[in-house]
Parts: sequence; structure tokens; C-alpha cells
Amino acid sequence: MSSHEELQLIKNGIRTDGRRMDELRPIEAAAGVLQKAEGSAMFRMGNTIAMAGVFGPRRVFPKHQEEAERAILRTRYNMAPFATTERGRPGISRRSQEISMVTRQALKSVLFLDEFPKTAIDVHIEVLQADASTRCCGINAAALALADAGIPMKDLIASCSAGKVQGQVVLDVAGKEDTEGELDLPIAYYPKKKKITLLQMDGIADKQEVKEIIALAVKGCEKIYEAQKAALKKRFALEGLAEV
Amino acid sequence: MSEERKLVIPGDFLGEGHAGSGAYEETAGKVFSKVIGLAEEKGGMHFVIPLSGIYNPKRGDGVVARIQDIIVSKWLVDINSPYEGVLPLSEATEEFIDFTKSDMTKYFNYGDLIFAEILSVTKTKNIQLSMRNRKCRKLRAGRVITVTPAKVPRIIGKQGSMVEMIKDITNTQIVVGQNGIVWVKGDNDDIAIEAVLEIERKSHVSGLTDHIKSMLEKKMKSSGREFKPSKARESEGNEQNQEFQHDEGVEFNEA
Repeated sequence: MSSHEELQLIKNGIRTDGRRMDELRPIEAAAGVLQKAEGSAMFRMGNTIAMAGVFGPRRVFPKHQEEAERAILRTRYNMAPFATTERGRPGISRRSQEISMVTRQALKSVLFLDEFPKTAIDVHIEVLQADASTRCCGINAAALALADAGIPMKDLIASCSAGKVQGQVVLDVAGKEDTEGELDLPIAYYPKKKKITLLQMDGIADKQEVKEIIALAVKGCEKIYEAQKAALKKRFALEGLAEV
Repeated sequence: MSEERKLVIPGDFLGEGHAGSGAYEETAGKVFSKVIGLAEEKGGMHFVIPLSGIYNPKRGDGVVARIQDIIVSKWLVDINSPYEGVLPLSEATEEFIDFTKSDMTKYFNYGDLIFAEILSVTKTKNIQLSMRNRKCRKLRAGRVITVTPAKVPRIIGKQGSMVEMIKDITNTQIVVGQNGIVWVKGDNDDIAIEAVLEIERKSHVSGLTDHIKSMLEKKMKSSGREFKPSKARESEGNEQNQEFQHDEGVEFNEA
């Protein structure tokens, strides 16, 4: 445990990668990056890169999954074997199944699934490069891809994490902070309604700290929401300008 | 219809009033967009014309469809959407057909292409087609291409101006379905198809009609094909193409 002290993740209010406590990693977002998908997006937060593709609404196979009054949302989160420094085992894991499920639940609340009864909307999230907060990055990309696919939705979903490192509350946990820090708390946020659609926590903190961390994560989500909106508008800006 | 249209994304505030297609009402008359598209307002109703997405069938749409199956007295038809269209015998022809005595493939066989009108769409998306409109018919021979359904209004143009121009210059028959399937027949179909794909690619460019016109004329000349200058052939028996009108406010054929 003494190695924690030696690592010195925070020095004079500056973190290992030169960020302040409430600063996000550099964000890059783009929509419409895949040809064959109805909608797609790429989202990058520092060294974490996720791609999402949306297929459908399309017919449901196997048919017993079909619902008569609404579309079903299926999500698949997958981390590429080359995404981490040590090669990961390809295929479905307990972790990826869990993240697929929480992603689905995080996105579901903004979608008008009843507009496409008897269909399935498939969201595939592929993490190409992992450096903490991959599920947040995946959700951000997925929300963009869903909007790009023309799926009716109330709002976008923004997601980011906050945590506790050496007793201090930090935004957007990355790299060493994730593995050596005390706490990591990813959230997904529904900006229009100011509601949280995903909240997970890995670590120990008291009530006051958790409140602080959530408040900081929400602030981060609002910044991410702006980046998402800009990316979507950029994708369609040319078409919007066309005189019809 | 050249009032200014604003690009909106899901969650954008459109104004007070009522929600039309592509919009939703949150609390007390506040209307927001639910798709990415171009916002429009007509008498307190807010609409968003989507810029992407699959084909969602609507009553009154004209679609290019393919016969998939025959079940008792109905044809099951692929309309390029997650839902299957149903064409009952009674809606298929004017004449009386006794399906117990006659072979239904005589009228429409498996794989046949038709231009049909969507008669009704239920809440659970049971789609009924009709061939009773005089514009509806079987499409024999020709070539078929698929485009993004959201771009169909650009291909048709104002009151069908774009597609009429392509037909005029290339001397082809073209039928554009609202479902994004385009049927082309004629000697210069290759050039017509190129033009349609060019519209799909450059749907955002302003002055598209002129661009397509010069492109077509250049292509026709360079490949040494005969064509009449656009004014010469007014009253020739060009096939139908104006799309069906919608009951609800938005007219897709004008966009």
C-alpha cells in the first residue's frame, strides 16, 4: 500500500497527464463514420476510443424476441483484443455482458421505441482503444449513432466518469488513476431532464463524497453533451444549408 | 416553399404549439424535435423532415415493391422496410378474379416488381397496399436501384421537376418510390441511374437541378447518343411520376 504514496498521482493540483481536477480529457466526436450501418459514430476521450454502429429498425430474429407494440433494443459492447496493453481474450465475457446491459438501460429511456413495433434496433459498440471509462465512451458513441440513424429520441445521452484519487475528487478518471485510484464512478446523464440513467461505483466513499463525485460527473456530462451536439450538427450541416 | 428551414437534432426546442411528425410535446405545449432533420412550422404545428433513417410506411405513399409470396388470396410484398406489405386480391385489379379457379401468378408472379399505393397502416404496422390508383402498375423489365429513403424528395424535386428532367433528357421511364427504390427503363438507363446516384450523393448542394442538367447533357453528348433539347418534347406520353399527396401537412413530393 505504501506504493500509492510513491506514485504521486496528483502534484500541486495537477494530475499525471497534466489535467486539473475538474478537467476532461480531449474529446473528439464524429457521426456517420461507417458505410453499411444505418447510423454510426466514433467517440474519443483521451486514449479511449469507441465506435458504435446502429442497425435497424429491422425484423427480429429469433422471432420469439419480437414485441408487438414496440421495438426491442439490443446492445453489444465489445472490447477489441488489441484495445489494452496486454492482449485481451476475444469474445463475450462476464464484464462485456454486464456493460451491454447497463448501456441498453442507459439509452432506453430517451428512445421512442413504440414507433417501430415488431422490430429490433441493434447497437454495436466496439472499443478500439481502452484507457478507462470505456463504457462512458461507448454510451456517448451509441447515443450519437442512434441519432445519426434517424431513430426518434427525446434527447441524447451523455456519459462520463468521476472518481477519487488520493482523497481528492477528480473528473474523468484515466490511466493510472483508474487502476491505482480509490474510486471510479461512471454515470450516464439525460441532459434535458437532468436525470441520471446509469450509475455504477467501484470503490469506497462516504455519502458526502459520493454526492460531490456525482455532481462533478454531471458537470462533465454537460460538456460532453455539447461536443455530441456539435458533432451531429457538423455531420448534417451541409444538408441543412441546402435550399430546398 | 423556400422558407428557411433550420437544422435540428433530437432534443432541440422547436417552439410552442403542437407536435407533428418528427416532433414531440413535452409539457404544456412545448415542442421538441425527436429526429435529426429540418424543422418546419405550419399554423402552430411543428414538423421535422428527417435527414436519415429507414423507410417508415405512411398512408398514401407510392412505393416500388417486389412480390415475395402468395397466401390464399393475398400477395405479400417487400417494400424495403421492416414491415411486409399485403396486397389483397380485391385491391389488385378492377376485374373480378376467383382465386379458387384462376392461378394468381398470372397477375403478379413471385419476384415481380410493382408500383403500389399504401392504403392503410395500422398501429401494429400491418400494411395494406392497393393497385387501384391509376398510377399503380406492374413494372416490367428495367433496372432497379436503392437510395436512402430520406433523399427521395430531392430525387423527385419540386412537383416532380427533377425526375421529369432526367426522364426528358435521357428519354427513359423512371418511377421513384417513397421507399427509396427507383425503377429505370430505357436505352439510356445507365446515364439516368448515374444522375439519380449523383443526386443522392450531392443532395445537400444548392443549384442541384442545374448541375444535374449539365451533367446529363454532357454525358449524352460525349457518348454520342441522340437527345432532343429539353423544350422539344413536351407532350409525349411520359409515364406518371408525381407522388401521392399526403393527408397530413407535410408534402414529401415538394421538398
